[in-house]
Amino acid sequence: MENTAAVSQEIIDLIKEKAKMSRLETIRLISLAKSGHYGSSFSSSEIFSTLYYHIMKYDPERPQWKSRDRFVMGKGHSAVGMYPILADVGFFPKEELDTYTQLGSAFGDHPDMNKIKGIDFSSGSIGHGLSVGVGMSLGARIDGEKYRTYILMGDGELQEGQVWEAAMSAANFKLGNLVAIVDNNKVTVDGNTEELMNINPIREKWESFGWNVVDVDGHDVEALVEAFENLPSVDSEQPTAIICDTVAGKGVSFMEHGYEWHVANLGEEDIKRAIEEIEGGN
Amino acid sequence: MSTTTFHKDTWELYKSLEMSKQLTAGETLARLGNDHPEIVAMSSDLSKPTRLWDFGKEFPDRFFNFGLAEKNMVTAAAGLASTGKIPFVSTYASFLGVLAAENIRTAVAYPNLNVRLIGTHTGIAMGFYGSSHHATEDISITRAMANMTVISPADGVALSEMVEESVKTYEGPIYFRVSRGREEPVYERKENVVQNKIGKANVLKQGTDLTIIACGIEVNESLKAAQQLEEQGISTRVIDMHTIKPMDTEAVLNAAKETGAILTVEEHNVQGGLGSAVAEVLMESGVSCKFKRHGFYDEYSLIGKPYYLYQHYKLDGKGIASVAKEFLG
Repeated sequence: MENTAAVSQEIIDLIKEKAKMSRLETIRLISLAKSGHYGSSFSSSEIFSTLYYHIMKYDPERPQWKSRDRFVMGKGHSAVGMYPILADVGFFPKEELDTYTQLGSAFGDHPDMNKIKGIDFSSGSIGHGLSVGVGMSLGARIDGEKYRTYILMGDGELQEGQVWEAAMSAANFKLGNLVAIVDNNKVTVDGNTEELMNINPIREKWESFGWNVVDVDGHDVEALVEAFENLPSVDSEQPTAIICDTVAGKGVSFMEHGYEWHVANLGEEDIKRAIEEIEGGN
Repeated sequence: MSTTTFHKDTWELYKSLEMSKQLTAGETLARLGNDHPEIVAMSSDLSKPTRLWDFGKEFPDRFFNFGLAEKNMVTAAAGLASTGKIPFVSTYASFLGVLAAENIRTAVAYPNLNVRLIGTHTGIAMGFYGSSHHATEDISITRAMANMTVISPADGVALSEMVEESVKTYEGPIYFRVSRGREEPVYERKENVVQNKIGKANVLKQGTDLTIIACGIEVNESLKAAQQLEEQGISTRVIDMHTIKPMDTEAVLNAAKETGAILTVEEHNVQGGLGSAVAEVLMESGVSCKFKRHGFYDEYSLIGKPYYLYQHYKLDGKGIASVAKEFLG
């Protein structure tokens, strides 16, 4: 998909609609698995849909197109929210999602690049993603390619030391084609990030590592579009971190802000309530 | 490079590196670099001791020094491989096959990417630097990773030939395990003749009473041991099992059937290394023979200069011969 100069209301509405679709499908898919990552998928929904319905260059007919933008999910456990989007944009038939987590399925809790079209790198081991992105960005530079590499990370992921090895190297190698997206939903498995192992101040950390830093409301589609559209040129000498202020479990009131919903399984009544709230939301 | 001048008797890093003649990966990649733009290389502040810099100085745009950050380096290599490159990653084996093991497993082996890892100064080659700098577990660790090929070349010619094969034809991730590079060579370089092919063991000496199966620098020591054993009337076959995974099972089974006794020799813990891999082949084939693993017996090495350590642990020619005699009874 090509970028457009002015963003029409139509596109904004489309991105919002697809974020909603991602949430609804997440509910359905987790109900097949009987366990899954609601909270951290919902905090990323608008980020996924902004990237895949407006910002990124890719071609579902040619998943290995050399010049495509890359997307790597450092927080691979949000894959359940991304699979429906990859299906919707045409990487594979939607029916394939019905196999989610079943024996031999391509679709597990964490994404596999060798089994799923549209997945640029396998993930699951928290803290690897940004390093993968450093490699992809170096590859682009060697080949004279102008694509960007986007790495989605959680705020809990920033507790991994390797993230900062990668941040240091990206600045050192002047990777202006690399974009780190921090889904700052403020919870991890065991509790609230700030109380469990504080990683604040996030902005200052990235700045001190030599990164260009942008703060944005991660559920405000207009703001996300603006942040991504105004990234410095891929030839600039500084990588960019977009820190998204998000809400874990966004869209379902009883899940919002609750670390208890990082991994869970909704009962029948709660599924109904969740679907109603998502469908009724903005 | 520092402009400091050293007195000729002063120990100096760059002088000592010139002694590492068997660390041939860098020069091999430099030779192949123009025809293979997909080659990239990286080290973690050890580009000179690993001699990967021999490539870096010729192709600075395709060489990356990651500083002391091995986990990031290995994972970034995987990212580069996903864009079609063949990354060569080299640092000391203790910081590669051991320290970065999870990154190798998850980012390289699991996605089955064409990353070539070269762990140098493996085993106890770092001598008095101590156990933190030794690697007597890296065969076991990397061999347990699905998709991974594990190679321990006997010398610089062997390393060079298999590095070239890994650029031109071989698919999938590879862990190379090499020593300091100061060792005596086994193979004489020959124009247009490839003496080491990945997955194919080399029978370097025929024999009928005993087979020594060795890898890495223990191949040369095993040849010396075989010579001593011959003088005592023990006809000894020597196999260079440079590729530990996938193993040349035919060479193992022929040795078992034809010599009736196998001694494995490795600069590695006997738990899970070359000897274990040979034992697995034998047990599953139903072919039985006398069998012993020689190496480190589930212990961390003493410190000392490597020359003395190899003697202490009976990993030199004389020591291997004594182990063999005792084994045969």
